[in-house]
Amino acid sequence: MSTSGTLSTALRVLSQLRRDHRTVALIVVVPSVLLTLLRFLFDGQQATFDRIAPPMLGLIPFFTMFIVTSVAMLRERTSGTLERLMSTPIAKIDLIVGYAMAFGVAALLQVGVASTITFGFLGAPSNHLVVFLGLAGLSALLGMALGLFASAFANSEFQAVQFMPAFVLPQLLVCGLFVPRALMVGWLEALSNVFPLTYTYDALELVSTRQTVPGQVGRDAIVLVGFLVAALILGAATLRRRTD
Amino acid sequence: MPLSTEGPVIEASHLKVVRGGTTVLPDLSFSVAAGSVTGLLGPSGSGKSTLIRAIVGVQHIAGGEINVLGGPAGRPEVRGRVGYVTQDASVYEDLTVRENLRYFQRIAGSPRDAVEEVIEVVGLADFGNRVVGRLSGGQRSRVSLAAALVGKPDVLVLDEPTVGLDPVLRVELWSTFHRLAESGVTLMVSSHVMDEADECQRLLLMRDGHLVADTTPTGLRDSTGEADLGRAFLRLITHEEAA
Ligand SMILES: Nc1ncnc2c1ncn2[C@@H]1O[C@H](COP(=O)(O)OP(=O)(O)O)[C@@H](O)[C@H]1O
Ligand SMILES: [Mg+2]
Repeated sequence: MSTSGTLSTALRVLSQLRRDHRTVALIVVVPSVLLTLLRFLFDGQQATFDRIAPPMLGLIPFFTMFIVTSVAMLRERTSGTLERLMSTPIAKIDLIVGYAMAFGVAALLQVGVASTITFGFLGAPSNHLVVFLGLAGLSALLGMALGLFASAFANSEFQAVQFMPAFVLPQLLVCGLFVPRALMVGWLEALSNVFPLTYTYDALELVSTRQTVPGQVGRDAIVLVGFLVAALILGAATLRRRTD
Repeated sequence: MPLSTEGPVIEASHLKVVRGGTTVLPDLSFSVAAGSVTGLLGPSGSGKSTLIRAIVGVQHIAGGEINVLGGPAGRPEVRGRVGYVTQDASVYEDLTVRENLRYFQRIAGSPRDAVEEVIEVVGLADFGNRVVGRLSGGQRSRVSLAAALVGKPDVLVLDEPTVGLDPVLRVELWSTFHRLAESGVTLMVSSHVMDEADECQRLLLMRDGHLVADTTPTGLRDSTGEADLGRAFLRLITHEEAA
């Protein structure tokens, strides 16, 4: 790994993102609009909003980073730039970490704006903000790693975008946000146990509703880091220097 | 393994490549000396791009060997010394010319001035701050060439760099290639157009994954009795079929 390969990749990806005003606007504005919508949906039921909004805020970077990464990597593959890069001295890890840094900045901006709106203006309780932001960051990295992996199976940007409902929506449905997991039929609960989003939601929900951070948050975080490492290894394995 | 400056720069021996279940290069052997321009010529589908991918180390190899600068192609020490220009322009469309070149310069670890230098070399001085997506096809392929040059490679491998370029640009590009060769760079240039053959010192003629001839423009004319190199190549192929 080289810092210059990593940093120059991060800068390059940020320059690309910076030029794409519409994507930046979507990343930064849409979550805040959705959370504001949610606030008015539960008008007069502040307690419900307070329970739902923080975990949702923490899950959003997972979705955004999944899509942004899978489309960006697909472009690298189809435009021939990945093939060119593979013929240069750059290490695969530099490329992955460079992407993670650039999209990490985007995720930071997203969560920063959405948190200000949600906790500052919409009145949701900002418990354990540092732990909460750490979990949101983990969720962004996880989305990025899975997006990198998913991009290997897409032949077009259209397919890459369709992976969102395929890979991610099932996880959202059973993560506990809509129906508490304890109330699910046995096989659904078992299924939810193998999805990373379940642990993200569980940790975010505990952090934002409890007075003290329970130990389970730490266990969730360890599971999430495990998922992250596994997803990164899988994703890195799809970046081949030599191909057929 | 040390980077040898003596001996052949590119050397294939019994190279075999299989792509998607079909054998594209069954058994290829040749070598290329330093500081020369070698033309890799053959009809489309004959395996030029596949061979070039093997030389730059991005192609899976099923058998035999391909060495660059005295060791296996694509090994980490050699990647920084080999420049690769893909058949289609492979640069970032949403970045400016300068941003693209700056990125590839940093990755290659070459001096920073290389960026401005190669912008001049490929004749894009007026377009340095233009986003690549808003350049013409010919300009884009020159950015792609510049992205390989910016790493200051000792070996430059170009896959059909002149396809789709107007005649004036072609002449300019070829004089750039000759200048690079004079400065010691070893070039391999593929083309499916035989008119470019005269620009090369050395010709590797391919057909269906086989080397039909390893010759020079003069050698090809002499052996076939054809003054026109395109017809000479055709004659060679038909001879081979008759044999
Ligand atoms: N990705 C691939 N998978 C399978 N076969 C391929 C692939 N790319 C090229 N080929 C086949 O390999 C042969 C040589 O292709 P190529 O090296 O691109 O030739 P050229 O560059 O001379 O036009 C062709 O028959 C082509 O169909
Ligand atoms: Mg080709």
